Amino acid sequence: MTRISAITPRRGGVDRRQFAAGAAALGLVSRPAIAATKLKIGLILPMSGYLAEIGQDDKRGEVLAGRVLPGMGYEPFEVVVGDTESKPEIARAVAEKLVNDGCHILIGAFDSGQTIAAVQVAEQKGIPFIVHIGAAPQITESGYKWVVRNFPTIPMILDDSFLNQKALFDYTKTAPKTVVLLHTNDTYGTIIAKGTPDLVAKHNMPYKLLDAIAYDPTAKDLSLEVAKAKASGAEALITVSRVNDAMLITREMVKQRWNPMGVMTPGPGWSDRPYLQTMGKMGDDVLSLLPWFDPNKPLSKRLVEEQAKVEPDRQLHVNHVLTFEAIYIAVDALKRAGTTEPNALMKALRETHIVDNSSISPAIAFDAKGQNTGIKNACVQNKGGLLKVVIPRSAADAEPVWPMRPWDKRA
Amino acid sequence: MPATYANILISGALAGLIYGLSALGLSVIFGVVRIVNFAHGEMMVGAMFLTTLMVNALGLDPLLCLPVVAAVLFVFGYLLQRFLIERVAHLPDHMQFLLMAALATTLTAAWLMIFGPETRGVRLSYGYDSYEVGPLILDKTRVFAAAAALVVAGLLFAFFRWSATGKAIRACGDNHTGALVVGLDVRKLYALTFGIGAMCLGAAGAIMVMLIDTQPYLGPQYTLLAFVIVILGGLGSMAGAMLGGLVIGFSEALAGVLFQPSLKSAFSFALLIVILLVRPQGLLGKRA
Amino acid sequence: MIETMLAGAPRRALVALALLLSALVAAPLFVNAYALSVLILALYYAYTGQAWNMMIGFAGLLSLGEAMFVGLGAYASAGLFQKFGVPPVLGLFLSVAVSAAAGAAVGWLAFRFDINGVYFALLTIAFSEFTRILVDNWAYLGGSEGLFLHVSGLAGWDIVNLRGSPVMFYYVLLAMTSGMFLLCRYLLASRLGYYWRAIREDQDAARSLGVDVFACKMAAVTISSGAAGLAGVVYAFYYNNLFPETAFALSHSIDMLLGAVVGGVGTLFGPIFGALLLTPLGEALTAATDGLRLPGVKQFFWGVVVAAIVLARPTGLWPMIAGALGLDKVGLDKVDADEKSGR
Repeated sequence: MTRISAITPRRGGVDRRQFAAGAAALGLVSRPAIAATKLKIGLILPMSGYLAEIGQDDKRGEVLAGRVLPGMGYEPFEVVVGDTESKPEIARAVAEKLVNDGCHILIGAFDSGQTIAAVQVAEQKGIPFIVHIGAAPQITESGYKWVVRNFPTIPMILDDSFLNQKALFDYTKTAPKTVVLLHTNDTYGTIIAKGTPDLVAKHNMPYKLLDAIAYDPTAKDLSLEVAKAKASGAEALITVSRVNDAMLITREMVKQRWNPMGVMTPGPGWSDRPYLQTMGKMGDDVLSLLPWFDPNKPLSKRLVEEQAKVEPDRQLHVNHVLTFEAIYIAVDALKRAGTTEPNALMKALRETHIVDNSSISPAIAFDAKGQNTGIKNACVQNKGGLLKVVIPRSAADAEPVWPMRPWDKRA
Repeated sequence: MPATYANILISGALAGLIYGLSALGLSVIFGVVRIVNFAHGEMMVGAMFLTTLMVNALGLDPLLCLPVVAAVLFVFGYLLQRFLIERVAHLPDHMQFLLMAALATTLTAAWLMIFGPETRGVRLSYGYDSYEVGPLILDKTRVFAAAAALVVAGLLFAFFRWSATGKAIRACGDNHTGALVVGLDVRKLYALTFGIGAMCLGAAGAIMVMLIDTQPYLGPQYTLLAFVIVILGGLGSMAGAMLGGLVIGFSEALAGVLFQPSLKSAFSFALLIVILLVRPQGLLGKRA
Repeated sequence: MIETMLAGAPRRALVALALLLSALVAAPLFVNAYALSVLILALYYAYTGQAWNMMIGFAGLLSLGEAMFVGLGAYASAGLFQKFGVPPVLGLFLSVAVSAAAGAAVGWLAFRFDINGVYFALLTIAFSEFTRILVDNWAYLGGSEGLFLHVSGLAGWDIVNLRGSPVMFYYVLLAMTSGMFLLCRYLLASRLGYYWRAIREDQDAARSLGVDVFACKMAAVTISSGAAGLAGVVYAFYYNNLFPETAFALSHSIDMLLGAVVGGVGTLFGPIFGALLLTPLGEALTAATDGLRLPGVKQFFWGVVVAAIVLARPTGLWPMIAGALGLDKVGLDKVDADEKSGR
């Protein structure tokens, strides 16, 4: 019976769920019959539009999930991808469509605005929503009942990035005395910039923040911004940028012959493949302070191996891992719930406790607000076109190069 | 410090010349065909992808690819006018706008499907070189790029000034009916003009890859930038487009030095609004 | 007033309208949640398309900065709600006022200098971009971090606070769209409406006949942008978050005017028809191209379809359909495609 209702277009949303819950309560539906219901996951990503680069990269985790999870003893599942076209309006419409098409659980959506637009639908319909990437604190602070997030909030990322820096300075016994912050004026960059001065004080950092320079996300030329940063006389650069800006900034630093002790970023861009591929040697030694995976964990090794089979020339990236983990969380919840009935599934999601994970956290688990509070950053360094974890040492697979090599000493 | 900022102003002006060349494409088309090309940026992104592809596959310098890319864009522009835009020439502005916006959507989607979403850049052997002139450091790619932009613009000026076809096109632009009366093949001249305009932004695109990396969604930014420049210089005025580019490149750099860099594009839009209000025909434009 | 509005309207048109309205009123009872969400979006575009149409279709002013008016309205009511707890039912007055003032400011600057046609269009884009960057840098309203609304009660019918189920938003938008339709009908049949059309056809001729062109154009811009501000209220409270990049985006403006152009600029019912046709068409295209698993293919065909409509029916689809059904006898739904507007 559940099979039939799963394919029947839903009307109003409530009836089927009530029916399923009622049926389960009366014991009309036996467990094996429900377990036979294939879990249908709606994966909401910006596959086109200005965020397409990251959306399409995230989707690679879905391919890995399809290849790895069945071997881990999970039932077969189905993933349907919905494209937000990088617009909140479409994100919401696509969430409606996926729920209408019978998805039991939604995953998404990278961009916080689109995530929140899609979450409205999950809340309305009572469908569990797993945020795989999406850092706005509001996602888990707005009292949503159907949301869990396996990604840190921006304050968590930022706070952790300072701990990573301190660990790096301690390990290499070298620290800059001054830094300058150069950041894009988008959602993420602004929050980071606002939080930085307080955290420098809170963590008693060995350096002084000399200046914070904001630039427009659509800037096509960053020579001025880099010159200003250089002119501040800072010993190291902390930056938040998108991948295109990261390339422009690097080129300008080389051209303007500015060799700081290091470039550190608590954001994306500098660890993206186009950056590594286009910048070559000049892209080396940059440090990204980001949520990452622990390359030494067994699951990570398994994912690396599988990724090498799918696309030999593309290294496993945290974008893939987080999408994978979100699907992992979903199928794990189904296994424990034994039903796709939303309330039971959501209850199982809240009780998630996965220790065999890949990201740097002791376990995948959620607090009362649905937030995984244990998820941590790593300090990831670009080395010969590959990304290597250098801090924390417990998750490291390479030694840090710090201070970074001058531009003209990179044979 | 003054030398640093002198550097910045100069590099802003150099970049402005390339923006000017791209805007020239928009201006030539508007000046004659009276169509505002809202797919301007998207067409240029196509040229940038083509150049990147050639540079990375054949190991050529972008400036050597320029003639090929410009030629491809010329053909594209010619055919576009002949088979599509010609049919909306008599329609109201908003219809033309919608057609061009639809074209822009289709082109962007095509770039995404063909080239994928990832940013693509080129590596140049001289990519990090610079000239030292006294206290100034001039970035080599920018100098090359600006020089190329000037050469292309110069050739175009010469064409419109001295060649028979160029004169005929100008006649069309000045007086459509008159051109018909004296027996000019206006349809063909319009198509040629659109082709030349597209060629301009093809050349600009080929040059642009020396400064910026390409991805499918850059289009609207360049369309807006070109609008700002041509209105500043005078919609339809060729010299105005180059001057507008120079002014924008220079003033954005200046705004960045004086205020927060994040406000520099607000500065260009403010400049645009002021110009539209005080001198709607632009710096070098004739009153319509 | 009611007589003026009904005057000249053929009985068939009234019957057809009544039928359509009843169908729309009854729709939530019959369609599933997904279809309802598509209808909500369609009504949103029907409303904003009508507001936009008032400028271009009635007075010949091409605005490409519609997102600015909607965005300002959205920020005004969302800001009041979030910062001072003012319910949107009161906040909407500020929204309408702010958007109307912005429209009036743009209009006043432009018309004093006789800026028309393409130049006016580009001016509206410039203002829209300028506003985007300003709001981006305005930390009080969240700036580029975005403005998030408290979320509570996603089920009920709290009209005062605009907190409720999609069905509520559907009826709110249906009421707005119907109200806007009546307003347009009223204005078109009024003296002002005749002046507008005179200006649209030939501004100089209108002026020489004693029409106060400046005042009429100001009226068009102000009413239209104020109406767009009201749409912003719904936009803010339906999506519950605002970002300058998406709210003030040029693509947002284009989405809003698409339906009106396809339906028929200058017609009364065209914008509604266009939006009710295009929004589901977009969804159908998504469904049709889903199987290809090729991101971008939907937008590719979307562009092709829109271009095809423009080429096939340059006056929009509605005049043809209205003519075929014999729904228009007063000429309000006729446009002259050979005239270039605003020149």
